[in-house]
Amino acid sequence: MSTQAKTRLARPRLTRIWRAAALPLVLLAAWEASTRLGLVDPHQLPPLEDVVARGWSESRNGDFLTALAASLGRDLAGFAIGAAIGTASGLLLGFYRPAQSILGPTLRVHRQIALFAWVPLIAVWFGAGEPGKIAFIALAAFQPSLINTWRGVQEIPDRFHELAAVLTFSRLDFLRFVGIPAILPAIFTGLKAALIYAWQATIGAELFMTIAPGIGGVMMQGRQLFQMDLVLLTILLLGLVGAGFNTLAGLSETLLLRRRTS
Amino acid sequence: MARAPYFSSPSLQTLALQNPAALAADQHAALLLGGFHPVPTGDGLIAPQAKQGQDEDRVARVHDTGPGGAGTLDRINVAISNWVGDHGGRLLLGLSFPLLLFIVWQASSLYGWLPDQILPAPSLVWQTLQERIADGSLWDDASISLLRVLRGFTLGVGAGLLLGGLMAASRKLHDYLNPLFLAISQVPTLGWVPLLILLVGIDEGLKNILVALSVFIPVTLGTYQGIRDVPHGYREVGQVLTFGRAQMLRTIILPAAVPAIFTGLREGLSNGWQTLVAVELLASTEGLGYQMSYGRQLFQLELVIAAMLVIGLIGFVFDFLLGRIENHLQRWKVAA
Repeated sequence: MSTQAKTRLARPRLTRIWRAAALPLVLLAAWEASTRLGLVDPHQLPPLEDVVARGWSESRNGDFLTALAASLGRDLAGFAIGAAIGTASGLLLGFYRPAQSILGPTLRVHRQIALFAWVPLIAVWFGAGEPGKIAFIALAAFQPSLINTWRGVQEIPDRFHELAAVLTFSRLDFLRFVGIPAILPAIFTGLKAALIYAWQATIGAELFMTIAPGIGGVMMQGRQLFQMDLVLLTILLLGLVGAGFNTLAGLSETLLLRRRTS
Repeated sequence: MARAPYFSSPSLQTLALQNPAALAADQHAALLLGGFHPVPTGDGLIAPQAKQGQDEDRVARVHDTGPGGAGTLDRINVAISNWVGDHGGRLLLGLSFPLLLFIVWQASSLYGWLPDQILPAPSLVWQTLQERIADGSLWDDASISLLRVLRGFTLGVGAGLLLGGLMAASRKLHDYLNPLFLAISQVPTLGWVPLLILLVGIDEGLKNILVALSVFIPVTLGTYQGIRDVPHGYREVGQVLTFGRAQMLRTIILPAAVPAIFTGLREGLSNGWQTLVAVELLASTEGLGYQMSYGRQLFQLELVIAAMLVIGLIGFVFDFLLGRIENHLQRWKVAA
């Protein structure tokens, strides 16, 4: 490829990176300028370098890592339980009509109850400690994985059913060769949503229930001690974890679904 | 659309994909029972040919069960499905599970399986609901929560429609704004709570901002995707008719983007409601969420459950209303 063609290809990407960075850079500059000029209360918005220094020291003494590990462990435990039950129920409801008739309406109504409305009840039933938190996270992961799997089954095209009938597939074969592959994208959409919901719920559980090691705990501590730098750092951490989950989910989805597109 | 790897027989696969009509139900039912007799046809495809004289009864049964094998389980399913088929049966089946839960709940309180602090009796919840309706306190709490969510929702929808529209309108703006938007949307809404408490306190401002933020994200995404994905042909029609910008937006782009925008709105409203309940649990002295945290502190779970019922009812009504509005706005599709 000639250099000319290369630059022509490279330029849009460079432009895009520049454009993506422009607004955050402007905001950071405004932040820095306003703290330097004393326009804002340093308690409300600490200088940028303080936040960076705090981040450096916190990550060096390992406190952030411990908190992050605690939150992630809780999150994944809840996610695994909730998503497994949710996906399995979605399959059951989709493929077994009596189950759908009996449980469907209840689950549809259950979905309307705001997730966090369960917190007090779960806190009483499971305790506000670790089991309660994990139960709540599991509940959060359960709903999207159930709904998406269920919908995925319902949306299998009729001609797939017809084809399976032509091929005299048994029920099991139908699941293996037609059903599961056809609904994999829907299951993944559900798992992805479940991952995000579970992360939301993890933060919620850590804010609502008893203080436990975790990012939520660090946030509350930062709030109570009025340490804005700590609070800002935890938000950054939350965002990074969220972005990490999204990237991970996207990657595994492309990997697992590659077969379909080929 | 071809999902080649799932099907073992290439000839059948092409048959099904290119000539779905060949797989009419009666034919494949007959095929299923009478075996498969491939017959070459003129266009190189293999056409199935049914063997005549099948047992009518068995064919009918296959019709009902659809794919898969046939066994006792299927027959039971069909029996249940047929029974469910009539409307009354469906309703009854749908109600059977809640009814079962209720019976267990009632039995539990009757025989004292669980203490009232863990699971209050249904009658107690009912009584609480009635009392709170009678003295107006339920309505007070609900109206406070409703007002809050509507305020935040309005703010969030306004901002979301604006940002989504801008990003869809200009590629350049999208490149500038989208990365920051994505970064913000990665943070769980509740993660902003400690920051916002420090910045704006725990008053109405906190609730408005948080609800608005949780509404804003899905509405922006829905609006952006909806407008971006308006089929190119629609825009061309507008150009042919020499529509101006405003006319194009009003008569072509917005109507075509309605489904995606409404997906965003519905998710937004449900998010907003969730968030509001959460914030009221955390930091409030009134509203349904506060009632729940109050009930929890007093170990009066009947208060909690009563509030949960109202919260669920409101969520249900929200979803229903938005669904009705969406259907109304999509009348043109039916006519097309």
